[in-house]
Amino acid sequence: MTPTPASPPEILRAPLVVEFPFTRSLGPVQSAFLTGLRERTVLGVRTEAGDVLVPPVEYDPATAAELRELVEVGATGTVTTWAWNPEPRTGQPLATPFAWVLVRLDGADTALLHALDAPGPEAVRTGLRVRIRWAAERSGAITDIACFEPYESDAPAAEPQLHDGRFTDPVTGIVAPARLDYTYSPGRAQTRYLHALSERRTVGERCPSCAKVYVPPRGACPTCGIATTDQVEVGPRGTVTTYCIVNIKAKNLAIEVPYVYAHIALDGAGLALHGRIAGIPYDQVRMGLRVEPVWSEDGRYPDHYRPTGEPDAEYDTYKEML
Amino acid sequence: MTPHRPARDVAIVAFAQSDHRRRTDELSEVEMVMPVLHEVLRQTGLKTSDIGFTCSGSSDYLAGRAFSFTMALDGVGAWPPISESHVEADGAWALYEAWVKLLTGEADTALVYAYGKSSPGSVRDVLSRQLDPYYLAPLWPDSVALAALQAQALVDAGHTDEPALAAIAGRSRADAAANPHAQLPGARPQGEYVVQPLRTGDCPPVGDGVAAVILAAGDRARELCARPAWIRGMDHRIEAHSLGVRDLTDSPSTRLAAERAGAFERPVDTAELHAPFTSQEVVLTRALGLDDSVRINPSGGALAANPVMAAGLVRLGEAAARIHRGASDRALAHATSGPCLQQNLVAVLEGDPRA
Repeated sequence: MTPTPASPPEILRAPLVVEFPFTRSLGPVQSAFLTGLRERTVLGVRTEAGDVLVPPVEYDPATAAELRELVEVGATGTVTTWAWNPEPRTGQPLATPFAWVLVRLDGADTALLHALDAPGPEAVRTGLRVRIRWAAERSGAITDIACFEPYESDAPAAEPQLHDGRFTDPVTGIVAPARLDYTYSPGRAQTRYLHALSERRTVGERCPSCAKVYVPPRGACPTCGIATTDQVEVGPRGTVTTYCIVNIKAKNLAIEVPYVYAHIALDGAGLALHGRIAGIPYDQVRMGLRVEPVWSEDGRYPDHYRPTGEPDAEYDTYKEML
Repeated sequence: MTPHRPARDVAIVAFAQSDHRRRTDELSEVEMVMPVLHEVLRQTGLKTSDIGFTCSGSSDYLAGRAFSFTMALDGVGAWPPISESHVEADGAWALYEAWVKLLTGEADTALVYAYGKSSPGSVRDVLSRQLDPYYLAPLWPDSVALAALQAQALVDAGHTDEPALAAIAGRSRADAAANPHAQLPGARPQGEYVVQPLRTGDCPPVGDGVAAVILAAGDRARELCARPAWIRGMDHRIEAHSLGVRDLTDSPSTRLAAERAGAFERPVDTAELHAPFTSQEVVLTRALGLDDSVRINPSGGALAANPVMAAGLVRLGEAAARIHRGASDRALAHATSGPCLQQNLVAVLEGDPRA
């Protein structure tokens, strides 16, 4: 194939959503604390030095000693520092402007981070007295505290009381869902590759130093560490260099098992790419099999590769690409 | 306790960085990294195959993809196999790992690079995922909000006020006017509150960028660089992740790391501090006891360019470059990671005495 100089591509963009529901188990202290929130009870843990940590941890941040002595502290407390958040972001505790606060609950020696519902920044100050506003529905999570609210009271602060940490039906784990939204741009080399695919062509890029043709191209030669430049059309036919038989069905995948997934060295390419082999019984796929792409219904990428009917390629012709 | 003395002289002999920009949509990570790698190698005349050890820093959460650093590896020529490592952290920690590798004598040169492409996602949301997953992350407190809590604590303690913070922002961006790579060079308004008490001007720009340095040991360093920036000491320390346990107005981890790096043995003339927020510079200068005799962030610092995962390595590189060109004899470089300066790394760099 005649190489063509790579032209500056139109930038491709696509939304990319990463969602992950981490399932996390809780140790004895965190389990008691989060179960307590469900029951409107706030627990802290006492250190060897006698300080009460809220939220509680299982190991002393200063000495690393194991901590297990739970105490109940108040649902009222004092703001130790704050920050006014004029534009709440997705997932934050309140949808209206609010203050982030660190609150030292009565009986505690450390502060808990949460949101404070207040009409404006002029209503917030360090030293402000506040109390917990409980969520209507509670499941054993930090969000069982809906937020804090200002609360002036002359009642004396309660002393922390020992608590055995036992509740019926304790929470032993949480599911922490997260979602991050991105706008993905694939860069120059992959953009050129994707544009060519939409014309049912497969292009690689040649390293100006070692002359190997990389497909799919990523813009750099991994051997020489320099930018690949010339675009080279490869294939459409190729050779199976190695393969595996997939016997476990992936979630949301319509392909029936068993099927064959292979490395395919397209004619003219310097390394093999991945693809599924179909149009032949899975147990008849072999190294050296000559294949060609079968394009997806919308014609934007090879859905799979099928045998061409040509004689198998000699081992020596593809052994460098195994 | 006396500071640890390295068993071998190791220096930063070259530094390169990209122009830091708000977006680099036209570039993949490897396409963004490659020119900087080529530039840092060009400065020393080394080829990738000459490098004894390669270490990089980056984050999958910025890229939105698992094992994203493996793509960037193409830019260093990873075939035939090289000795390589990666930290899911700022490149300053990659430099620390490389330094240790050179101290063991297993390599004489190291290439350290780091990159951050923040533009595809929302870096404020992305950074919230590094928080404790039980008590903090479900509330989605973002990086500016947490820095603002620290800033208010400083104001309450009488350590700073809004005009003082604005002066830090102004000095940083004025200095950045002389930095051709800066994203925000020159004066700009402090703007509205992002999260009170922090205004736009108190916050770092969001952008994409790359940094790379080359380390070399002993005589190899002298061959590669006219005036190597010798690493006299380096240390990193961490504090409790729970913000409510910490005194946010102080940074004992920075002070301890500096002590162990030997920073307090003799005065430094330059300090490159990784303070993405103006208020964090207040914490760091107090923790390190820096006075007016020290030139702080002549590059403009992270307020002028803050490529997440590379901004700390840039501080080490900028401090070293100042020694290379004779503008400094003894410099302190600092990198941070985590909310409200949770983790801190300090290095002390020196040039040979001048005749």
